[in-house]
Amino acid sequence: MTRQLILERAVKEIQDGMCVNLGIGMPTLIANMIPNDFNVMLQSENGLLGIGPYPQKDEVDPDLINAGKETVTAKAGASFFDSAESFAMIRGGHIDLAILGGMEVSEAGDLANWMIPGKMVKGMGGAMDLVQGAKRIVVIMDHVNKHGESKVKKSCTLPLTGEKVVHCLITELAVFHFSEVGMELIELQNGVTLDEVKSKTEADFTISPSIEIKA
Amino acid sequence: MSKLLSSFESAIEQIEDGATIIVGGFGLSGIPEKLIIALRNKGVKDLTVVSNNCGVDDWGLGLLLENKQIKKMIASYVGENKLFEQQFLSGELEVELVPQGTLAERLRAGGAGIPAFYTATGVGTEVAEGKEHKEFDGRTYIMEKGIVGDFAFVKAWKADHFGNLVYRKTARNFNPVVATAGKVTLVEVEELVGTGELDPDEIHTSGVYVQKVLVGNDYVKRIEKLTTANA
Repeated sequence: MTRQLILERAVKEIQDGMCVNLGIGMPTLIANMIPNDFNVMLQSENGLLGIGPYPQKDEVDPDLINAGKETVTAKAGASFFDSAESFAMIRGGHIDLAILGGMEVSEAGDLANWMIPGKMVKGMGGAMDLVQGAKRIVVIMDHVNKHGESKVKKSCTLPLTGEKVVHCLITELAVFHFSEVGMELIELQNGVTLDEVKSKTEADFTISPSIEIKA
Repeated sequence: MSKLLSSFESAIEQIEDGATIIVGGFGLSGIPEKLIIALRNKGVKDLTVVSNNCGVDDWGLGLLLENKQIKKMIASYVGENKLFEQQFLSGELEVELVPQGTLAERLRAGGAGIPAFYTATGVGTEVAEGKEHKEFDGRTYIMEKGIVGDFAFVKAWKADHFGNLVYRKTARNFNPVVATAGKVTLVEVEELVGTGELDPDEIHTSGVYVQKVLVGNDYVKRIEKLTTANA
């Protein structure tokens, strides 16, 4: 339910004509929600621009996977390339948008999403490249952890993926934008009050005038 | 002199303990599965292996872990492998985690004779610790070094006798940059064609980078996460 709320808001960040990288896990689910009349090219950093739907059983091909190692298809207009070129696209600023999962986001727009010290280190994969290279970084995550503690922090406690890299944060409670002047609450999710967001957010943020009026 | 070899055993004859081996593939897709098995059978130890991932417990580079042949692993993502975790925590295995794009570029640079380059990836994170920082046009970058290996293991779809290569779909992944970054590059393919049969416009890797070509049979091509439209 929370997940659906986050995903439905996140898909609105995608505009017709964009080249987009969706992170592994929850962000991957956004692929199915992109409007059919949009011409959007999804990038998979293992070397595919133009990810298609999951294959039918008889179309499964071990030589055609996404960055999450799932079998996929390639849509019309797709291209294949090697890993260096894939990251040249990312680092060179040719990918319009990356939507990534998060563990913590700070009020400065720092992101931590790759490692929890003391637990097994899996590695950062392409996340550190994406946050520095894609034109716009949207992070989607639950607002609080399972202990009820805010994941939207004054400063991140986990090892960073990137400093001041997040442009937009979407949770089940609210949407925030980040800029030179700081973190700003720009939307409340349906049925959520400003007081609830304030009480569940450790970070300091300003409130967009449009919300003050509604509240 | 022909680059074509008939046995995987003879292909890896020169590889000794302590060698640095760069290996293509992403997850289990496009991995040089026959060369890895030959190396497991040979049993050389204290290897430094550079590859995006480290296979799974019983396949791909996981076979070398199982046999305790890897001393140091340089990779971007190793989360699919329990043996890896055990050997890392017990201190048997040294690990250098590298962002995926930085890994690809370090191999590209190594293969292209570029000793180092600057990138914004990793700035402000533990990846940047101990590395040179430099500003260009107001943005901070860190210096990363190119990688060259003693040997490179590559999997391609087709080769001709000169070693020109064509890859298939996303099985291309790291293979083209890996091919450039080995002092000795060994390539295994599903199909060997006559020289001149590949359209020069469609060759992904020039044979100039390739020292030996082997043809493998009965590729396993294990799938890590089978996902279908009906699932």
